[in-house]
Formats: sequence, C-alpha cells, structure tokens
Amino acid sequence: MIHVSLPGNLQTLAGTGRMVELEVSGAPTQRSLLDALEVKYPALLGTIRDATTKKRRPLLRFYACEEDLSDVSPDDPLPAPVVTGTEPYIILGAIAGG
Amino acid sequence: MSSVRVLVGTRKGAFVLSSDESRREWKVDGPHFAGWEIYHVKGSPVDPDRLYASQSSSWFGQVMHRSEDGGKTWETVGNQFQYEGTPGPHKWYDGSPHPYEFKRVWHLEPSLDDADTVYAGVEDASLFISKDAGASWSELPGLRTHKTSTDWAPGAGGLCLHTIIIDPSNHDRIYAAISSAGAFRSDDAGQTWRPINRGLRSEYIPDPDAETGHCVHRIAMHPSQPNVLYMQKHWDVLRTDDAGESWHEISGNLPTDFGFVIDVHAQDPKTVYVLPITSDQYHVVPDGKLRVYRSKSGGDEWEALTKGLPQKDCYVNVLRDAMSVDGLDPCGVYFGTTGGQVYGSANSGDSWEPIVRDLPAVLSVEAQTLP
Repeated sequence: MIHVSLPGNLQTLAGTGRMVELEVSGAPTQRSLLDALEVKYPALLGTIRDATTKKRRPLLRFYACEEDLSDVSPDDPLPAPVVTGTEPYIILGAIAGG
Repeated sequence: MSSVRVLVGTRKGAFVLSSDESRREWKVDGPHFAGWEIYHVKGSPVDPDRLYASQSSSWFGQVMHRSEDGGKTWETVGNQFQYEGTPGPHKWYDGSPHPYEFKRVWHLEPSLDDADTVYAGVEDASLFISKDAGASWSELPGLRTHKTSTDWAPGAGGLCLHTIIIDPSNHDRIYAAISSAGAFRSDDAGQTWRPINRGLRSEYIPDPDAETGHCVHRIAMHPSQPNVLYMQKHWDVLRTDDAGESWHEISGNLPTDFGFVIDVHAQDPKTVYVLPITSDQYHVVPDGKLRVYRSKSGGDEWEALTKGLPQKDCYVNVLRDAMSVDGLDPCGVYFGTTGGQVYGSANSGDSWEPIVRDLPAVLSVEAQTLP
C-alpha cells in the first residue's frame, strides 16, 4: 500500500486527511501513482497535473525519501520504500506568501 | 415569507449569508472550500437552490462545484476548459503575440430558463457553456476568435471575461465584457459577436475611441429595460439606451469616476449604484470614506450614501463582482470589500449595516431572493 501525503487544499477538495492510501498495480511509477490517485479521488483531476498533458502543475513539488522527484521522468520506478509503504510520497505546494 | 441569501466569494473560501425579509438578523455559514480563492458563486434563477461556484488557486488550478441545496452541501463538477482548436495569440504585456491560455473562471451566469445550463467567463478571455449542470464545458469560440482578439492585451488583472448578461426578453442576446478589450454583444446565443464600444473614450490607449481596447470593469442591466445598460469603465460611468449601439457618459458629479462595481435597483430601472475608487493608481475609496453613490435619474446626478458606512480611516477597494441587489421591496443592496466587510442596506441604500466584518478579502457578492 502506497501512502500519499496531500497538501491542505487538496485534502479539503478530496475530503480526506493528510495521508491517503493507494493500491497501484504493476511496477509503480509517479505516473501510475497519480493516475490511481485521480481515479480514487476524481475531484483531484487537473489539480496536481494538467488534465490533458499530465504535466505537473508548476507550483507543486513531489518529494519522497528526502529526494525531489518533481523533475524526474514520471515513468521511472518509484523508490522502493515508497512502494512498500515505509516512506510516503509527498505532494507539496511551493512555499509562497508572507 | 420571503428570505434573502447572499453568496460571498473571498480569497480564502465562500460564505453564505442568510436572513428573512426584514434583513435585520443574519446567519453566516462558511467558510466553504476553505483556503481556495472563490471568484464567483451564483444561483440559478430557475432553481435558486442550484448554485455554481468557481474555485481557483495558483497552485492547484481551476475547480468547479455545484450545490443542490442552496450551499449546504457541494459536489465537484467538471473543471476542464479547453479552447476549441489551437488557440491563436493575443497581445502580451510587451506587445508580442502570446497564445490564449486558460487560467481561471471569473464569472458564472446561469441560464434564465434552464437550471442545467450555465455560462462561464474565463481568463484568458473566452466564453464557455455547460448544458449538463457543470459536468462538462464547451467553448463558444466566436468571441475569442473575433477579428479584433489578436489585438487584445491583458490589463493588470489579466485578460478576463468578467461580465455576462442575458437579455431577459430575448435569450439569444448576450452581453459580455472583457478587461482591456471592451464590451461585446451576441444576437445569436453566443455564436457570433461584435464590439459595442461606440461612445467610450479611454485616454490610456493610443486611439482613445478605438473599436476595442477599452477597460470595461462592469456592466449592469435592469430586466424591465433590457436595452438600457450601465457601465463602470476603468474611468467613466456610462449608459446606453440602445443595447450598446452608442454610449454616453453619466459620471456627472461623482467625486471620481474610477471604480469597479455598478448595479441597478431591483424595482426602479433608473436608480443606479456605483462605488467610486480614488484612481487607477490608488485602488481605495477616496478620502478614507466608504461611500456608495446613487443616481435616481439614470446617472449624471449622484448622491452620496454614507449612513452606517465608515467615514474616516477607511482604505478598502470593492471589486467588480462584489455588489448585488435583492428583489425585495424596498430593495436590498449589498457589497463586499477587500477588507473583508460585507455591508447590506435594506432600504435601497439610505442606510447600511455590516452583515459581517472580518472575512477574507471579498471577490464577489450575489444576492438571491427566495420565496
């Protein structure tokens, strides 16, 4: 089971807490993880990635295992600790404001 | 007994204010969608409990919601706004061509005869329609592809289509206004459009009386006189008596004719409200005084309405979608400020009370009169 950490605004939208759990079949990648997330929570469609191009929205970042995966190919395998559920996959809004 | 519901969109969520027809005691519900920018919430005139809401975020993009119970509960609906074909360019701030890119929904205008049909005015400027209660959206591309659209350039607020008015006597006639482009009219339900800016004069564009390029901030109509429109332009308040064929200035004795909101009394089509703002460089009310101005003669002669409004040390703005009237008699008038106050008047503006004082900055206000 993969654990995904959502930023506050997306928790409000999806009606979840900070952490959600996902089953992702096959060899999970960022793409298949986010596909599964959007299937389980359709309200999130278009809010993390552009709904058509599937490109990451510019002010969001993807972290896991103390690494920034934001610009890693979405088809690369996820880190093993994320796949086994020992480390979360973190979706984060870029820091802004005052 | 009638009641009133005021739908308030703010920088950090939506609020629903409700009262009976006395409009003395108010209940404040919210925030709905806490943390999201709510550009607009509006109810269907066919089914007032059917509400549509536009949420926007620089981080997470556009989200749309629908309520079937007057805002008690909400469900997510479609948020895909795709321009038809490959969008051509508009002018960028430096004059270079820049492709149309969807950014957000500024304004929602439910159909006058079908609760499942709703129009959306978006940035970059275009008009969309949903005929399935917001589940899906399709562009009415005639406006965005108008021959003048390659010359439209965004103002500081973006190239936004912020006003949509459907003629109640002829639903095929639709008015739209776009910041930095001007006012437009369709007579075929949004398929084709033409600019209706004759009489507008804007010193801040190279040709002050050009066909397009005028920064129209808001247009209002009284349903009993659909050929009469009132306009708050960047500078100048104007009126047309012939459905936009020509406009003339009615700023008269206003202390400044810069502003954003304009609205018309529910019972008297010649009574108009504006809220003057100091200038384009200084988006606050003049002299630290929050004053609504009312004309009972269709413009030119204006009186300041100040009773119950702060008359010193007030430095707020009132944004273009943040004034509304209810349908009761005497007419209720409502507006929200960037300081988070929502003021209401239950007597056509003669006196005002704050309904709520400390909301996030108010982006939009819509009043509904409920049976």
